[in-house]
Amino acid sequence: MKISVKREDKFVEYEVNIAERTLLEVLKEIKTKQDKSLAFSSGCRSSVCGSCSMRVNGKEVLACSYKLQDGDRVEPLKNVPIIRDLVVDMNKAYAFNAKAKAWQKTISKSIAVAQDDEKINEVQSDCILCGACYSACPVYAVNEEFLGPFSLTRVWKYVSDVREEDEKEKIDTIQTNGVWDCTLCNECTLVCPQNISSKSDIEKLRSKSAMAGYTDPSFANSFNTGFGFDGSPTF
Amino acid sequence: MKIDVLIIGAGGAGLVAALNAKKSGAEVLLITKEYPTRSQTCMAQGGINAALGNAGEDSVEAHVQNTLKSAHGLANEEAVRLMCSEAPNAVEWLDSIGVCFSRTKEAKIAQRTLGGASASRACYAQDYTGLKILHTLYDRCLSEGIEILSERYLVELLKDDENAIAGATVLNIKNGEIEKYDSTAVILATGGYSRIYDKNSTNSTASTGDGIAVASRAGATMVDMEFVQFHPTALKNSSILISESARGEGGYLLNSKGERFTNELAPRDEVSRAINEEILKGEDIFLDIRHLGEEFIEEGLPQERKLAKLYENVDPVHDLIPIRPVAHYTMGGIEVDESSSTNIQGLFAAGECANHRVHGANRLGGNSLLEIVVFGEQAGKAAAEYALGKESLERNVQSNFQLKLETHEHELDFYEMREYIGNLFYKNVGIVRKKSELQSALDEIKDIKSKLHLMGVSDKSKVYNTNLVEFLEFQNMLDICEEVASSALKRDVSCGAHFMAE
Repeated sequence: MKISVKREDKFVEYEVNIAERTLLEVLKEIKTKQDKSLAFSSGCRSSVCGSCSMRVNGKEVLACSYKLQDGDRVEPLKNVPIIRDLVVDMNKAYAFNAKAKAWQKTISKSIAVAQDDEKINEVQSDCILCGACYSACPVYAVNEEFLGPFSLTRVWKYVSDVREEDEKEKIDTIQTNGVWDCTLCNECTLVCPQNISSKSDIEKLRSKSAMAGYTDPSFANSFNTGFGFDGSPTF
Repeated sequence: MKIDVLIIGAGGAGLVAALNAKKSGAEVLLITKEYPTRSQTCMAQGGINAALGNAGEDSVEAHVQNTLKSAHGLANEEAVRLMCSEAPNAVEWLDSIGVCFSRTKEAKIAQRTLGGASASRACYAQDYTGLKILHTLYDRCLSEGIEILSERYLVELLKDDENAIAGATVLNIKNGEIEKYDSTAVILATGGYSRIYDKNSTNSTASTGDGIAVASRAGATMVDMEFVQFHPTALKNSSILISESARGEGGYLLNSKGERFTNELAPRDEVSRAINEEILKGEDIFLDIRHLGEEFIEEGLPQERKLAKLYENVDPVHDLIPIRPVAHYTMGGIEVDESSSTNIQGLFAAGECANHRVHGANRLGGNSLLEIVVFGEQAGKAAAEYALGKESLERNVQSNFQLKLETHEHELDFYEMREYIGNLFYKNVGIVRKKSELQSALDEIKDIKSKLHLMGVSDKSKVYNTNLVEFLEFQNMLDICEEVASSALKRDVSCGAHFMAE
């Protein structure tokens, strides 16, 4: 059976035995037995380190948890610089965590977290930073500085945490290139291996933003884009 | 750029060390061969031990005694006391920076029982404890503005004329360039060496003992290297870890006849030997958690269920999970003193690469996440104090490291060798050892080392050459293998994880 792997600008075909095997197992076999120059990243083999994120037939997967099919086409993630073959440079993507101030601002010493409180962001704190959501996000086609799905989920993780006593700084930070730039298309949710929905986290952050007095800038602008208050065109 | 403290390795120990060195006023730089959140720490599932007594009575003393018992006389009681008494503070600190621990109905941190523990002592976050701790520590480092350089592979430690540490040489994996970082102090937090067992290990493929091998070449002492912990329950075909918490919560071990054959909650070395004995009798071994029920498994062990389905095609809610023991944690490591300092001036170590003598001959589940916090802090503070107290000189030590990308054909394939050695060590330097088998493993390693010039890198690219990185890792593993086999040979008497057959 054959799979093809995108290397440089073309797909290279490999003849492999794929029966009931993960993509990562097969890539390792290609590397050690067929072509030692094939470059890809991997680590834990158990879907928690986020190293082996890539695309198969256009969809983001973790190579260690994807069972291969005959004819699969394997490519690197999108929206990130390709270093070589399936290896991408995640530095800029990860830097959005710092830009979004995705951390707990105050050190909480005495706030009790109840079972229900912990459940609020249990799923968000399962994030493995594999970058699948970042790759699937269409906003990067128009705005390279978008804080992006995983960083905004991380912000929501901390904003929603009862231990965070000062959420304002984070809410202020995500107004530019942040929550309002998302198109709510839900692509991020569909590719997340940890069942996180950044889209819905972004919606929750929008509500928080509204409560803090912020409004959707595109909505605000629409008042001055050629229509009067009564809806009639202005000239 | 002047660095006071260079931290190599960005898993839990490295991140905690960086935070504490910075807090102590040092200029720090953190480098890692991966990205921080991809470190081995993310794979820790079971929990982090602290005698909080949130799930029944417990005490620091009980934690100390359990740890000492499992260590079989090889632990340093003072170090164990420090670790166990600091444990409640460590967990409180993790809680204060936002780690999402599972909770009890009384809004306390939930705790569960792991093997060898007299109480429910392991604080956990479902079975994602390591993942959530690692990511929260990473976020904390970002909030402190700590500079992190990823995809830098340590190749050499630099020393000045007085034999004190002066920095490190690393390979920038992305562009193949050799980079030199001058630093007054260096902290190694580079993890363990379980991957010498290749596929017979639960660990990430990155656990190749690099820091230990490089430190040893620089003159640091390796100690108790023969002590390798075999985790009783890894998935049979893929060696993927199924957390001890599955047994702690009431899971059974069964043989092909459906019989239980051991105390599932004995320390890991004992359980692994019991399983090994059954396997040698021809039995297949299974973990049975069906009686725990779907709701419980989904809540407490969601990752285990996912992995068992993916790799073994079984659903633990309805099926038995086929398992076998594989290498999981390496107790041996770089010898350090009571301030995490090695025998090289200015070189410190913390985490799995270091040997603080808290695990002795067999580590207790839940004590490794604890050690990275307690000793990461100690190493960070001690290194900062050392660096800030030392006169800052422009030392500009030269690197001797030469990167060789030869062009000749290789007679031997190091990937084949790596796999061969992994299986050889699993059999000969594994759960049960014999003097003759240890000797033959050592002889083979020496033989393979003598043929190293027949092996090499086939990929000539400077850009992201993983073939090169894996060859460098392989060479480190050869050094480690030799040390593991020869120290095992020197220890005639069974002790914890080092079990000699009669």
